[in-house]
Amino acid sequence: MEKVKNITQNGKIKLFFKQREPILEDWKHTFYLWKSTPLAMIGTVIILIFLSIAIFAPLLTSYNPTAQNMNERLLPPNSQHIFGTDQYGRDVYSRVVYGARVEVWIIFIVSIISITIGIVVGIIAGYFGGVTDEVLMRITDMFLAFPRLILAMVLTAALGPNLTNTMIAIALVDWTIYARLGRAEAMKVKSQPYIEAIRAIGANDLRIIVFHVLPMSISPVIVQLTLRMGTIILTAAGLGFLGLGAQPPTPEWGAIVSDGRSYLVNHWWITTFPGIAIAIVVLGFNLLGDGIRDILDPRLRR
Amino acid sequence: MKLGTYILKRIFLMLVVMLGVATIVFFITRVIPADPVGAILGGNAPIERVDEMRHQLGLDKPILLQFIDYLKGIVHADFGISLKSNRPVLIDIINYFPATIELAVASMIFAVVVGVVLGVFSAIYRNKSIDHFSRIFSILGVSMPVFWLGLLLLFLFYYQLDWFPGGGRHNLFIFPTHVTGLLLLDSIVTRDWATFWNGLHHIILPAFVLGYASAASISRIMRASMLDILRQDFIRTAKSKGLSKRLIIYRHALKNALIPVVTVIGLSFGSLLSGAVLTETIFSWPGLGRYIVNALLVLDYPAVTGGTLFIAFIYSLANLIVDISYAALDPRMRA
Amino acid sequence: MKKVRGNLLNINKLKVVFYTYRGIIKALNGVELWMNKGERLGIVGETGCGKSVTALSIMGLIEQPGEIIEGDILFGDKLLTSMKEASLINIRGKEISMIFQEPNAALNPVMKVGFQIAESISKVKNKKIGKEVYAEVRRMLEIAGLDWERTINLYPHELSGGMAQRVMIAMALSSNPKLLIADEPTSALDVTIQAQILELLDELVKKLGNAVILITHNMGVAAEFCDKMAVMYAGNMVEYARTTNIFENPHHPYTRGLLKAVPKIGRTDELQSIRGIVPDLVNPPSGCRFHPRCKHAMDICRKDFPPLVEIKPDHYVACYLYWKEGIKNANS
Repeated sequence: MEKVKNITQNGKIKLFFKQREPILEDWKHTFYLWKSTPLAMIGTVIILIFLSIAIFAPLLTSYNPTAQNMNERLLPPNSQHIFGTDQYGRDVYSRVVYGARVEVWIIFIVSIISITIGIVVGIIAGYFGGVTDEVLMRITDMFLAFPRLILAMVLTAALGPNLTNTMIAIALVDWTIYARLGRAEAMKVKSQPYIEAIRAIGANDLRIIVFHVLPMSISPVIVQLTLRMGTIILTAAGLGFLGLGAQPPTPEWGAIVSDGRSYLVNHWWITTFPGIAIAIVVLGFNLLGDGIRDILDPRLRR
Repeated sequence: MKLGTYILKRIFLMLVVMLGVATIVFFITRVIPADPVGAILGGNAPIERVDEMRHQLGLDKPILLQFIDYLKGIVHADFGISLKSNRPVLIDIINYFPATIELAVASMIFAVVVGVVLGVFSAIYRNKSIDHFSRIFSILGVSMPVFWLGLLLLFLFYYQLDWFPGGGRHNLFIFPTHVTGLLLLDSIVTRDWATFWNGLHHIILPAFVLGYASAASISRIMRASMLDILRQDFIRTAKSKGLSKRLIIYRHALKNALIPVVTVIGLSFGSLLSGAVLTETIFSWPGLGRYIVNALLVLDYPAVTGGTLFIAFIYSLANLIVDISYAALDPRMRA
Repeated sequence: MKKVRGNLLNINKLKVVFYTYRGIIKALNGVELWMNKGERLGIVGETGCGKSVTALSIMGLIEQPGEIIEGDILFGDKLLTSMKEASLINIRGKEISMIFQEPNAALNPVMKVGFQIAESISKVKNKKIGKEVYAEVRRMLEIAGLDWERTINLYPHELSGGMAQRVMIAMALSSNPKLLIADEPTSALDVTIQAQILELLDELVKKLGNAVILITHNMGVAAEFCDKMAVMYAGNMVEYARTTNIFENPHHPYTRGLLKAVPKIGRTDELQSIRGIVPDLVNPPSGCRFHPRCKHAMDICRKDFPPLVEIKPDHYVACYLYWKEGIKNANS
């Protein structure tokens, strides 16, 4: 009897992996495709560097990004300050480096809020259909009727210009995209025959939504998220540039560009470097997003 | 369904959405913010002054009544009085809006022409040098922050090279005759060529900056769409009929490939309006975007409300036109 | 040495490959095919055996990542495989026309079907699209059995499969081509519509006298319509004969296998399938590609692909079983 039990254990483990073989095959193939798409690789590398800079910021610079030093104001890039200093004597390089942290924080919070709101609204709309769907979709349309930055601007100003409100504002503008996704997934899953089957054995709506619709939504949401990252950063930077975002002395990249604006003519470095940082990071996300989209496109997978 | 029915349906939907938009704007500008009166008069104003102002602005009425007044006002195109300029907001909008339209249209034209041409040629000559150039151009275009690009180009072309002016719609010695408010159009109509060239000279840089990102995304979609269409069955049929490559591309492929591009053009208009806010700020362009930003910074809520509503309206109108063109281009959509 | 066996079309040892990320697909392995004017040739075989690739090669429509690496195609006295694109364009839609499997997808979705036919006619008659051309469009639509008034301004998505195929036939025959290639024209249609379309083709082609290549995986359809049949397997033509001979006297083991698997009224024996599976064309079997599945496989079958020999008048087989017989016949 012991032997039989052991065999069954082993058999179970083997069965576990064998059942997941096709999924593993798929992942292996995806990884292979990812490796062979040079642009996606470059994008990934850029983002990894970006994340590393954010995490290891204190190790990369000895200067305090908010420390003012009026003796050293407006110095061009030199060996002490490789990106120069701004009008308050702050080291631009460390402001850019610590700014990476701000950006990561922004992306993180905005994503969480917008995905949560979006998925909830979308799934409810798609799953329950009918009037609920119509009403929720009209509400989505209403938010989409505003050009993105303008709505974010007005929201931020109304809530009070600071970093937190900026993130809330951007999230309140971005959620519509995830709502559409959630709705599409809910509608797709709802009409599957197996849903009827589990309803027949007593599964209620909440269960179906949580255990069946939600998991299916994860993949398209992640793809969409990667594609939106760049836009989130650009919007946040735009708000920062207008003075509606992070308040001084927080080193948000858009705000730093704005700082340097009045000194642009003779002190180009204050504006240039944070701008380059924004461009490179957004480029990284765009390359990765493009790559992911190409990889997951069923026609191009062959 | 027929095209006419489709149009009516979309117009009705748009009105419903606009109602919602107005509600959202009301909520944002009246319900959320801190007391604007305090911001205007300062913290130490005497109580009577504060109460007087509140009454003047209608802020002492219950919210629901305020909302109804607000809606009534919108229907009559009355957005109240700007707290900063003391003019009716509507007048302000009429004054500033044409500048934004002009900039947006100029940028749009640039974006569509460059985007479509680059996208089509990129697809036809896939993986050759034009393709590589256009893909680099595009990916940079959607990655660079518009305000940074604007500052950079200002620095280069104005401060360093002095090829283009540093801002404004025209220089101080020009006094254009006002017909529509659209400088370039007005000057053509009145045959004031000096003004025309000056206006053109001023609009080139901001239009390029604003339009670059849109040109980039349009060219990406155009390329992808074209490649997708060229793979399809009916293109094979067209080839088997012995049609020339030119005919196949321009008569068969292009119309089909433009369909998704039209959607992107519509979305681009939205980001153009967003970008206009930043571009107008950098180039001191006297448009609605800059107006709203300035109004926000001084908490001039009537101006913010009016401006935002107006822009949302224009954007919805543009989307409506895009949807209708979509249906006109693709007979399958009308079903 | 170019063999000229037919007076209209001669395909000699055609090899076509496709370069993919999985490897090089050797789609056509030296196909030999021919036909005469006004003849009806059916090309039958399983999906993937190279029927469509052969058809597209005739039209010169093999494109990246595909390539014709060997062999030639002689159409009349024109060597299609060495012609430049500009000359090929002259032949397409005029002397050789093609209709495809899914007619709704084969038509441009944003163009009215009347216009699409007008395009063909305009090219053939070298006239601008106008009243004259449209008069001809109407005529062709009627010949194809459609109500021209209703159909001429419709879009492809508004047509049923059968109607769309009629439009394609009208379009293809508008130039009265010497050769019409029909690539599985009925495979995507309902059975009753299939019969109608075949009947239409039969009628029209009889009147106009075009040669037809009918590509199908359905032996019954081929038997209905074609005078001669060419059986293809994994990139080669393995048997060629008059339709009656293919059915009554199949020689190649594959042909025999196919016929054993086809249900027929009056058959009482069990349907048998051919054992094994269709080969992977990236790493195909050596020599005769059928040898792994063939009951009669010999050593020599694994070495080289058997040459095509004429075992009876107008009956050719590519199989070492009949090699000696064929050589005897050739020498006598």
